[in-house]
Amino acid sequence: MECGTHRGQSLIHLEVIDRATTTQTAPMVCMHCEDPTCAQVCPADAIKQTEEGIVQSASKPRCIGCSNCVLACPFGVPKYMAEFDQMMKCDMCTDRTSEGNAPMCASVCPSEALWYGTIDQFNATRSGSLLRDFMFGRQQVRTKVYTVVDDLGAGALDMLASGQRNWLDDPFGIEEIGVLA
Amino acid sequence: MAKTPLTDEELISRYGPHLNETPPGGWDAGLEVDRVVNTHCCFCGQQCGIKLKVHKNAVVGFEPWYEFPFNEGKLCPKGVKRYLQGSHPDRLLHPMERDPSSPDGFRQITWDQALDRVVAEIRRIQATYGDDAFAMLSGVSLTNEKSYLIGKFARLALHTANLDYNGRYCMVSAGAGGKKALGVDRAPNPWSDIPLADVVWIAGSNVAETFPITTSYIWRARDRGAKLIIQDPRVVPLARTADLFLPVRPGTDSALFGAVLNVLIRRDWLDHEFIDAHTVGFDEAAGAAAEMTPQWAAGITGVPAARIEQAAELWGTAATGMLFHARGIEQHTKGVDNVLAAINLGLATGKFGKPGCGVSTITGQGNGQGGREHGHKCDQLPGNRDITNPEHRAHVAQVWGCDASEIPGKGIPAQEILEAIHSGQIKGLLSICFNPMVSAPDSNFTREALDKLEFYAVIDFFLSESAQHADVVLAGSLHEEEDGTATSGEGRIIKINAAVSPPGEARRDGEILLDLAARLGKQRYFSYRDNEEIFDELCIASAGGTADYRGATWQRIEEEMGLFWPIPEVGHPGTPRLFEGGKFFHPDGKARFHGVPFRESAEVVDDEYPIWLTTGRVVSQYLSGTQTRRIAGLVEQYPEPLCEMHSLLAEQLGVSNGNLVTVSSRRGTITLPANVVNTIRPDTVFIPYHWPGAKAANQLTNRAVDPISKMPEFKVAAVRIEPA
Repeated sequence: MECGTHRGQSLIHLEVIDRATTTQTAPMVCMHCEDPTCAQVCPADAIKQTEEGIVQSASKPRCIGCSNCVLACPFGVPKYMAEFDQMMKCDMCTDRTSEGNAPMCASVCPSEALWYGTIDQFNATRSGSLLRDFMFGRQQVRTKVYTVVDDLGAGALDMLASGQRNWLDDPFGIEEIGVLA
Repeated sequence: MAKTPLTDEELISRYGPHLNETPPGGWDAGLEVDRVVNTHCCFCGQQCGIKLKVHKNAVVGFEPWYEFPFNEGKLCPKGVKRYLQGSHPDRLLHPMERDPSSPDGFRQITWDQALDRVVAEIRRIQATYGDDAFAMLSGVSLTNEKSYLIGKFARLALHTANLDYNGRYCMVSAGAGGKKALGVDRAPNPWSDIPLADVVWIAGSNVAETFPITTSYIWRARDRGAKLIIQDPRVVPLARTADLFLPVRPGTDSALFGAVLNVLIRRDWLDHEFIDAHTVGFDEAAGAAAEMTPQWAAGITGVPAARIEQAAELWGTAATGMLFHARGIEQHTKGVDNVLAAINLGLATGKFGKPGCGVSTITGQGNGQGGREHGHKCDQLPGNRDITNPEHRAHVAQVWGCDASEIPGKGIPAQEILEAIHSGQIKGLLSICFNPMVSAPDSNFTREALDKLEFYAVIDFFLSESAQHADVVLAGSLHEEEDGTATSGEGRIIKINAAVSPPGEARRDGEILLDLAARLGKQRYFSYRDNEEIFDELCIASAGGTADYRGATWQRIEEEMGLFWPIPEVGHPGTPRLFEGGKFFHPDGKARFHGVPFRESAEVVDDEYPIWLTTGRVVSQYLSGTQTRRIAGLVEQYPEPLCEMHSLLAEQLGVSNGNLVTVSSRRGTITLPANVVNTIRPDTVFIPYHWPGAKAANQLTNRAVDPISKMPEFKVAAVRIEPA
């Protein structure tokens, strides 16, 4: 984003989970799967991985704009951009990472929710454990990008499991002191 | 006549806000830029380091400045998009004069015509009505150099007592509270102290949206196991995962703090040694809090008593802790009370002058800290000196080379200036970096006031909603067009480096002021080679004051990536953490407790206006939006004001998410979509204030001010809501 390489397009998305009940949001970057589903389903063989395991945007001359990848990615990452008639996705800012800089999203993230560095650097400065195995039903996906979990004991993260942790069940104490309005 | 020359629609169509989406020249992956300039973001008091990419005298993009220690490359959306404000189609490129007969409403004039007209009107108004009938309003998005220069310009060139600044709507309650309790108006700690705190308490600050970079410091504290307390009428983003949420009703913060002090005393979670050695007035504070039990406070604040006890326990038993407050507790008719009550909690538990300990404001505006130190305020001279103190006047007069009698006395604060314009006592106004049509309370009153001016001159880079009322518009400079320094919210003086020169005939603000001073016959006080010379004079003028910059130089600031004041001597390393060893800035070295009995806000809900209104900001907009409402990506993120309300209230009103509602106060009405969210108290609605005219939240707010700080009550008004 904010660069000529990506033509000003942000290639990550911010999901607003359910604004009616929470301010929670989730930024979604490409997880860079070891065996990417998007590439598996591409009928034009337009989605390539670099030697470092970075899954790239569809190759413009090959992409036929069918959106198979958009439908198939378990993380919902690729987007078909009509303006460019091409599937574009997070490429880990190859122009930056190839020169030793962090991708732009992880460079500017004010909360370090998006973070770029080595596992040793993470362990030295952050709490939580790093995990990169995800279950989508029967499909297990291993990614290059890690997420942070409280403990690794539970194994691969079940992405279809229901229920989320509510930090504040009754933020305004309505049950304790009654309705205010 | 300072009425707008065209309709709002015509003015917007000619002067914007239009949206800028792409850098000059469009997107070009192969562009070789001419240079990359290390400077800072202009959008908030955190002053994040940023590198601006420059091509053909235009800012075309940015790079994170990873080496700058405060933000290490991090930015918020405003910082990421800030480069789009230069090369903007709305940019004012030449001076203009109001001309209702022109299809543009204004006609282009030369600089000579413009400045001569301004000077002639100043002279006419001052000769007819007296010197103080011409006022100046300024702002602290400006550098230290410009802030200092304006203080001197208003007193010696304009010769008016009536200079004040837009921090009157932002920082003054914190400043007044800090001076009363601690003897100084500066954040006590560098932000690097935050990760050392065992408890972090955020009172009335939506950190995630208004000071996004501070989030990373708080998360680092939590990575170490720190507890997080959030005090806010809304479940702001940081509150979602907080250890303790205190959902305080707008206008009751001092009751909550008082109840916490009550519990600290009852449970003896006090640092007696610290209180005895380093403070005075504990008994007065304890006396005022004696009856403020958690049960009593629960009834006032709406915060369950058990949570108040828990807050006291977290704060009182932690070895280290920091309490941060911002406009949420400060923009009240008791803003100073709220700040003093917060500071009481730090003094009672000895949480000052040590790593990871402090009670601190988070400064809002870009140079909100530095801009309020060196004579920008109606009662102030450089170094945070008092304009009524004969010794202070004599010191500054000596630096300025004038007789102390030439320096006017204390003027009236910003809101009173607008009132005096409305009542006809002030007839002329020069403003810079101030957009009261959006930022002042009761915007219908503000419009009436500006319409009554006999003459109004504005220095600005875009035609702001206030500049639309001007008789003469002087095309000034953007942040990236002039060298100088700013002082960030942590008290760190930083270097602002010019990346480009002003486009067209636009001029640097400093040059405009110097030219005006010369035409007013006061060149002898204003002969500076460059802004560095202004800074050097500022440092000497500040020497011996509380905000002491004596040992600062542009070179040191740049080389050392900032310097924390006080820097009382040449070569002094600066003072990142204040009050070490329990030494406060009052003459006896001791801090002051204050007794803070609870009192209600100026306006409270009743049968006619039964709902509390509070106002604030969103992450993608900055203050009155003059800059950020012109940047496409930021506008898309939050295009127009929404009225946040809880589903219980929406149900009562028969309103669904997205429905238009009309919100009315005793002063005005606004119609806007409802944003039905269960993240706000059911008795309170929230509207962000960044927009003008029919979308201005400040149509509803109250002009009542704090008796000490003269801060208007932006955070509490009583409103009625109906489906539109």
